[in-house]
Amino acid sequence: MITDETIAKIALLAKLELSETEREQAKQDMRKMLGYIDLMNELDTAETEPMSHVFSAENVFREDVVVNGDMREEMLANAQLVKDGMFVVPQTFEG
Amino acid sequence: MANVYETVIGLEVHVELATQTKIFCGCSTAFGGAPNTHTCPVCTGMPGTLPVLNRQVVEHAIAVGLATNCSIAAHCRFDRKNYFYPDNPQNYQISQLYQPICRDGYVEIDVQTPEGDRRDAAETDNRKRVRIHEIHMEEDAGKLIHDGESGRSLVDYNRAGVPLIEIVSEPDMRSAEEVIAYLEKLRTTIQYLGASDCKLQEGSMRADVNLSVREVGVQTLGTRTEMKNLNSFHAIRNAIAGERERQIRLLEAGEQVVQETRRWDDAKGVSYSMRSKEDAQDYRYFPEPDLAPLHIDDTWIAQIRARQPELREARMERYQRTYALPMYDIRLLTDSKQLSDLFEETVACGAQPKKVSNWLMGEALRLLRERDMDPEEICFTPEHLAALIGLVEQKEITNTVAKEVFAVMFTQGVDPRRYVEENGLKTLQDADALRRVAAQVLADNPQSVADYRNGKEKAISFLVGQTMKAMKGQADPLKVREILQSML
Repeated sequence: MITDETIAKIALLAKLELSETEREQAKQDMRKMLGYIDLMNELDTAETEPMSHVFSAENVFREDVVVNGDMREEMLANAQLVKDGMFVVPQTFEG
Repeated sequence: MANVYETVIGLEVHVELATQTKIFCGCSTAFGGAPNTHTCPVCTGMPGTLPVLNRQVVEHAIAVGLATNCSIAAHCRFDRKNYFYPDNPQNYQISQLYQPICRDGYVEIDVQTPEGDRRDAAETDNRKRVRIHEIHMEEDAGKLIHDGESGRSLVDYNRAGVPLIEIVSEPDMRSAEEVIAYLEKLRTTIQYLGASDCKLQEGSMRADVNLSVREVGVQTLGTRTEMKNLNSFHAIRNAIAGERERQIRLLEAGEQVVQETRRWDDAKGVSYSMRSKEDAQDYRYFPEPDLAPLHIDDTWIAQIRARQPELREARMERYQRTYALPMYDIRLLTDSKQLSDLFEETVACGAQPKKVSNWLMGEALRLLRERDMDPEEICFTPEHLAALIGLVEQKEITNTVAKEVFAVMFTQGVDPRRYVEENGLKTLQDADALRRVAAQVLADNPQSVADYRNGKEKAISFLVGQTMKAMKGQADPLKVREILQSML
């Protein structure tokens, strides 16, 4: 059952600040999703293997060879703030 | 009468695997690069990128699993562990929750019984089995550096995506000694496999300690805490003692132990709660859709098994059979793969095993400790050590000189024969020259001469010492004694 508390908790975990309207909208959306899953639960899957991936591909590997060079400038290009070649973020609890 | 408590400990050990590249991208894993120079769109979590698994990571994980008696999963896959923290640019860590690659293993540790608690003095060692619940593969996080100037944090993602295995034990350990024996066992096993260098100080091996206490005789487990930030055996030992005491104090005061993560501050000798305020951890794991599942068939496992190198136990047995060394030597030598490789290679150059062992256990280990170095930083080659031993055997140099030469070889890798030649360190074989020096020493020390002649035999040792000093150690002390005796 999706309650206001569920929405508040999920918003917290997802680091989202939702307006009153958005919260209401999210609640409706999630109820619909759960309703759909309830519908699927009516199917008899006793004989069906659980599936985690849609494609049947297995064992997709790369070999252990360095192919990337120094891309620091490109990686830092999206940062809001840069210092000493590093991304600047709000202070964390510990270093 | 106070209650007697038992400590129950399980370990989560993270090991950085020795690969050239990260687990899901072709960035280098080299240690010590300038910040963010080993990063790409994949390991910085850019939208639209696709991770591709490094085959070597899987092979290392299987090798460690086999060496720790695990069963290897025929089918396994990765899962996303969701959390927000700036060291993790994707906002999720790719790990394995539901289907880890290895399960249900064990290692055997030798536990030395504490002195006071020894029933039989002859029985110093107990073999104990520590079960391994699982081993899974995952990616490491970036590094956060506190910037005092701005009061913010700086992030270096060079380490983000470096491959890890996490080895989760069952709560089978009961003391700090057992924990350390277990970690030593994992460390040597993984080093012998070449799957990691396992350096606690540098963070390539990290241990989180799950600890609870219970009254002796109680079967159920107490509430446990998890302790992080333990980067030396010393810190682990202290943290275990500290946390055991803290939990007992709480229980004795009628309070409850709270299940939480705590951070050990080794300098202060206390731990702090790392609990975040309101949100209990909820990682919302789900199968990683961007990585194909793994199918590990018997052929692949057999190939890896066939490639497994000789591990420490097998090597110890072989040393007993082949070299007839004391167990004490064997233990010290095989504690480090590098050292024991060096031992074997030197013996292969024709040196006598016990002599090689003495140099490595004595001078080499002493210098390593003194300089806080690892065995892999030793500079000399096996040929050079064999040559040095040869020089001593052929009485070309004395033991004193050999130790000096060894110290130079140790850091500069010089050829001992050349070094001895160039620095004129050869033992003086010329008996006449030796006699001249001895005569001078006797003339300079009339008191000792008189003492000796009056029956004080010990006085000759002083005279030998003085002669050796005058010869700058380049004489055979036995020969010096002989000459002095003949002259007195």
